[in-house]
Amino acid sequence: MKNFSNTYIFIFSAVMVVIVALLLSTAALQLKPFQDKNIEVEKKQNILGSIRITSTPVDAVDLYAKYITSSFVVNNKGEKLEGEDAFSIDIKKELSKPAADRKLPVYVGTLDNGTNAYVMPVRGKGLWGPIWGYVSLKPDMNTIYGVVFDHQGETPGLGAEIATEFFQTPFIDKQLFKDSTEFVSIKVLKGGAPEGDMHSVDAISGGTITSKALEEMLDTCLVQYKTFYIQNRQ
Amino acid sequence: MSVFSSKNFKLLTGPLNFQNPVTVQILGICSALAVTVKLKPAIVMGLSVLVVTAISNLVISLLRNYIPSRIRIIVQLVIVATMVILVDQVLRAFVYDVSKQLSVYVGLIITNCIIMGRLEAYAMANKPWPSFVDGVGNGAGYAIILIMVAFVRELFGSGTLFGFQVVPKAFYEFGYVNNGMMIMPTMALILVGCIIWIQRSFNKDLIEKD
Repeated sequence: MKNFSNTYIFIFSAVMVVIVALLLSTAALQLKPFQDKNIEVEKKQNILGSIRITSTPVDAVDLYAKYITSSFVVNNKGEKLEGEDAFSIDIKKELSKPAADRKLPVYVGTLDNGTNAYVMPVRGKGLWGPIWGYVSLKPDMNTIYGVVFDHQGETPGLGAEIATEFFQTPFIDKQLFKDSTEFVSIKVLKGGAPEGDMHSVDAISGGTITSKALEEMLDTCLVQYKTFYIQNRQ
Repeated sequence: MSVFSSKNFKLLTGPLNFQNPVTVQILGICSALAVTVKLKPAIVMGLSVLVVTAISNLVISLLRNYIPSRIRIIVQLVIVATMVILVDQVLRAFVYDVSKQLSVYVGLIITNCIIMGRLEAYAMANKPWPSFVDGVGNGAGYAIILIMVAFVRELFGSGTLFGFQVVPKAFYEFGYVNNGMMIMPTMALILVGCIIWIQRSFNKDLIEKD
């Protein structure tokens, strides 16, 4: 192997880095629209899932257009904010703002039987990374119609179970308000929820931290809508 | 040298058996444990590694006379990292669900010893075409083990293949249960061990002397 001079090594590295940078940025720009489309479809699938409609990546866009009839943005005083697009709001960014400045999206789903379901996004910190989901409420703004949770990297078989039906189904028909006045959210209880309790579900054995994180996520995200819920009860 | 001379053909088939990177050289085990719960991610992972080994072998071999040896490892890493990021971006754009399941493991292809091993041991000293074939061979050798392990794990762990139910519903009614152990990474290690055992009992040459 030849001995190269230092100048050659510097030039070689510089040229290599520039070529690699050009290659990667071109690829990133060209593929961005496809990736964004995937993320959008996944979000639509999640929102549909929270009103208990199963979709595939293929039919998600059509089903979304059919079932999600409107969406709007409120603040934590329950006032509607005009001129905001609920779908494009980044929950992560909103949660880092002071509570009064946050924009809170609400999606309205119209079910096959004609009643409405109101979908709210939630987001929090799990054990290894972010966890998020969507919660839908019946028109009484109290009873849960359906939930969807997902995560980035919770432990498979333990914390990752929050993304399964087995964990999510018990949330259905639980209530956020105690005696319809006090906001109690839904507790995720280690050792199991008491029989017939309207405000708690079973935690996951071995997934205590994720379970706790999920409980906190529901509380911090949904309490922001408290005034909105109280004002819009039907 | 013709395109597929017997020497080149050996480069392709050797890694599938006598020179297998996973079962003989015991490289790339980490990802083999992580992504083999289901067949589909295992196949995508195998293909990704194949593409990365083949193309980075080719590029390094083309550049081999121009790479200053003092910074050759850095150059190799940059090429491998570029390929891996490209593969990751393509997966994200076109097979989003699989890319979610593979999560960090696509990025970790960079650290897969098979790739750096082939670059150092082969591509730095050989012509582009044989290097490319060597990369394809080693990638395929890795992929085939992943697919074998994933086949067993998905069949017994979930009762499905490619996500389709293959264990009949009637079996479950008679008390058959999916083996939860198969979902755990431990079982992947044990299965790789079994493959190594079977392979060595057929090829006595592979057994170490002492």
